[in-house]
Amino acid sequence: MLILSRKLNETIIVNDNIEISVIEIKGENIKLGIQAPSSVKIYRREVYEAIQEENKAALNSVIPTLPTGLFSKE
Amino acid sequence: MVIDSKAYGKIAVDDKQIFHFEGGILGFENIKDFALLDASQPPFMWLQSIEVAHLAFIVIDPTIFREDYDPKLSKMDLLFLELNEINQSDNQLTLAIVTIPENQNDMTANLQGPILLNKEALLGKQFISEDNRWSTKHHIMEELAGRRSPQC
Repeated sequence: MLILSRKLNETIIVNDNIEISVIEIKGENIKLGIQAPSSVKIYRREVYEAIQEENKAALNSVIPTLPTGLFSKE
Repeated sequence: MVIDSKAYGKIAVDDKQIFHFEGGILGFENIKDFALLDASQPPFMWLQSIEVAHLAFIVIDPTIFREDYDPKLSKMDLLFLELNEINQSDNQLTLAIVTIPENQNDMTANLQGPILLNKEALLGKQFISEDNRWSTKHHIMEELAGRRSPQC
């Protein structure tokens, strides 16, 4: 892993077209600003992992036996 | 072609039922082709890997219990599946993966990671919705109750 030190308002550039800047440092929280083309997907890692975990949990499902008409719209 | 399925064992599927997921499904990125099969209990369906029998997800059209469901995907996202404003209404199918625990009444649907299919181009992808209304665990029974209560 490449590790770089940055101060407030400093930036790194990735792949010529992605800029990541340190916008604010407040205690344990660091606010990052990211400028990238809209085709570049940016997610908090927790969100990505939550969906992976949910997909794995879903594999243990079996088709339920539900009351008839449960999903019918009246 | 004949595939091995989790629900039905060996089963014949039409090429028109098989969707290519270039990015796989999150957590299972190497598995790229899935057949959409009816489940024994509609409106559930199976998204079944054509290679790995045990890799099969129960899916549902989320608008059945959340009429207002819209994952708010970008044009760029839709273009990945060759969907656009013209063909979208005919070709797009939006599904949510369902997790069903031992107590079936606690089944949940993942609305944060919807599965979109292009029925014509036979392409599919799991997206991540950036709309914070949608989580990975929407309690289906509670959503149904919520939908009905104003009408009762």
